[in-house]
Amino acid sequence: MYTFSNRLKITSYILMAVGAICLITGFLSAPSTVEEAKAIVASHDDGHGGGHGAEVGHGDSHTGDDTHGDEAVGHSASHDEHVLHQLQNRPWSALYVAAFFFFMISLGVLAFYAIQRAAQAGWSPLLFRVMEGITSYIVPGGIIVFVILVLSVLHMNHMFTWMDAEVVAHDELLQGKQGYLNPTFFLIRAAIFLGGWIAYRQYSRKLSLEQDKADDNSKFKLNFRISAAFLVFYLISESMMSWDWIMSLDPHWFSTLFGWYVFASMFVSGITVIALVTIYLKSKGLLPEVNNSHIHDLAKFMFGISIFWTYLWFSQFMLIWYANIPEEVTYFVTRIEDYKIPFFGMLVLNFIFPLLVLMNSDFKRVNWFVVMAGIIILFGHYMDVFNMVMPATVGDQWYLGVPEIGGILFFAGLFIFWVFNALTKEDLTPKRNPFIEESKHFHY
Amino acid sequence: MASKVIHAVYNDDDILMHAVKKVRAAHHHIEEVYTPFPVHGLDKAMGLEDTRIAITSFMYGCLGLTVAIVMMNYIMIEDWPQDIGGKPSFSYLENMPAFVPIMFELTVFFAAHLMVITFYLRSRMWPFKKAENPDKRTTDDLFLMEIGIHDNEDDLKNLLLDTGAIEVKVTEKDE
Repeated sequence: MYTFSNRLKITSYILMAVGAICLITGFLSAPSTVEEAKAIVASHDDGHGGGHGAEVGHGDSHTGDDTHGDEAVGHSASHDEHVLHQLQNRPWSALYVAAFFFFMISLGVLAFYAIQRAAQAGWSPLLFRVMEGITSYIVPGGIIVFVILVLSVLHMNHMFTWMDAEVVAHDELLQGKQGYLNPTFFLIRAAIFLGGWIAYRQYSRKLSLEQDKADDNSKFKLNFRISAAFLVFYLISESMMSWDWIMSLDPHWFSTLFGWYVFASMFVSGITVIALVTIYLKSKGLLPEVNNSHIHDLAKFMFGISIFWTYLWFSQFMLIWYANIPEEVTYFVTRIEDYKIPFFGMLVLNFIFPLLVLMNSDFKRVNWFVVMAGIIILFGHYMDVFNMVMPATVGDQWYLGVPEIGGILFFAGLFIFWVFNALTKEDLTPKRNPFIEESKHFHY
Repeated sequence: MASKVIHAVYNDDDILMHAVKKVRAAHHHIEEVYTPFPVHGLDKAMGLEDTRIAITSFMYGCLGLTVAIVMMNYIMIEDWPQDIGGKPSFSYLENMPAFVPIMFELTVFFAAHLMVITFYLRSRMWPFKKAENPDKRTTDDLFLMEIGIHDNEDDLKNLLLDTGAIEVKVTEKDE
C-alpha cells in the first residue's frame, strides 16, 4: 500500500496556494476600463516590438467591427475596447488553458487505459492501478472545466465570442452555425461528454477492484466489453469536445482533423504522466515487479505518439498553408505573426526534441532520462494548448506571466494531491487480473 | 583446413534456450545456432554483441534526408524555379512544407533499403552464394547448435544429450 508522503502533500498544498495567489493577482490586475488597458499596453510595448502592426487575421474576433464603418475615430475606439477585452480575457484564458491541460492529461490516460483493456494487453496490468489513480482526476478536473464553461456562458468573460448575442446579430456566419453553436446546446453536450467519461471511469475502476476479490473472470470480461464500447463513445465525444471547447474559440475557422490533433496531444501527455508517476512510485520502493521493460514500453509510446502528434499537426498545417484560402489561413497567420516563439518553439519541444532524445533504445530504459524528456514533453504540450487557445482569446496581448504560471502551479498542485490521494486507496498491484503473470514476466 | 565440430539438434525453442544457457555455463564456445525462425532472446543467451545496424540505419536516414533536400532544391528552386501554391517566393525554406513529404519518404526509403542491403552483406549473403547451413532440417522444424571440439568430445556429447538434444553428431567442417 502506498501512503501519501507528507513532503509530497505539503508540496502540493504549496503549489495550490502559490498558484491560487498568482491567479487571483491576475484577475485583480486585469483592467476594467479602456484607459487602464491603454496604460498596460503602453508599458508592455517595449517587450513586444509593436505587435499592433499585425492586424492580419484578427477578423475572427473583430466580428463586431463591420458596423463601425471605416471612420478612423470609430475604428480606433473599437480597437481600444477590443484590447480591453483581450486583457480582461487574459486571466480567464490562463485559468482555462491550465485547467484544460491537466484535465486532458487524465482524459488521455483514460483513453490509454481503455485501449489496454479492450486490447487485453498482457504487458500493462501492473500499471492499471497507477492509471486508475491518474484518471481519478477526471472528476474534479472535468467539473472545474465545466464550471469555467458555464461562467463563459454567463458572460463572465469574452473567451467565446459566439456566446455574445450582440456579436452573432452582426455575423451571418455565426447565425448559420447557431443551430449547433448556441449556449444551451453547448452546455448540454459538455454535460453528456463529461458524464460519459466519468461514468466509464468510475464503473471500470469498480469492476477492476471487484475482479481482485472475485473467483471467476466475469468482471474482467465485462470490463473488456464496456471498455470497447467506451472507446467508440470516446472517439466521437472527444472530437466534438475539441470543436466545442477549443475550436469554437475561433468560431469562423474549422479544421476536420482538429479532434485527432487534440487527441494526440492528450494521449502523449497522458502516457508521459503514467511514466512519471510509475518512476516516482518505483523510486519509493513500490511497484517492485515493474521492470525497465515496462518503462521502455511507455517511453516508446512517448516517442511514437510524439511523432504521431507531429504528423497530425503537419497534416493540418500543410493543407491550409498550401491551399492558402483566406478564412482558413488566418489561423496560422495570427500564430506565426504574433506567436512566433511559442508556435515554433512548441514544434521543437514536441517533435525534434523527443525524436532525437528518445530514439536510442537504451536511453528509454534509463529512469532519469525518461523523467527529463517527460517534463519537457509536458511543457511542450502545455504550449500546444496555449497556442490553440490564446491567439483567439487574447490576440497579441499574450505573456507567460503571473496568471499563466499561477494556473500551471495551481492545477499541478491539485492534480498531484488528487492523484496521489487516489493511489493510497488500494493496493498498487492488481491481484486477480488474468494477465498479471504475463505482465510480471514482461521483458524485451 | 578442416576442424571438428559437434552438431546438437533440438526440436523445441524453449529446450534450445535452456541448452544454450547450460552449454555456456559449462564454458564451451557455441559457434553458431541455426533456427527455422527468430528465437526471442537467443542473442542475449548466446552472449552475442548488440547489433550496430540501428546506427547504420540512422546514418542512412540522414543521408536520405540530405539527398531529398539537395534534390528538391535543385529541381524545384534552382534548375526550374516553381511557383508553389501561388507563393512565388523561390526560396527553399519558404516552400519547405511542400517538400516535407518527400523528405520524409526518402529518409525512410534510404534507411530501410540500405539497412537491408547492409544486413545481407554483413551476414555474408549475396546472390549465388552457397548456403552455409549444415542441416536442411533447420529450415523446417529443427534447431541446431554448433560447438567446436577441442579434445573434449565425450564430455560435450554427454552434456548435450543431458540438455535434451534429440541428435548429437560429430562432423568435419571446412573453413
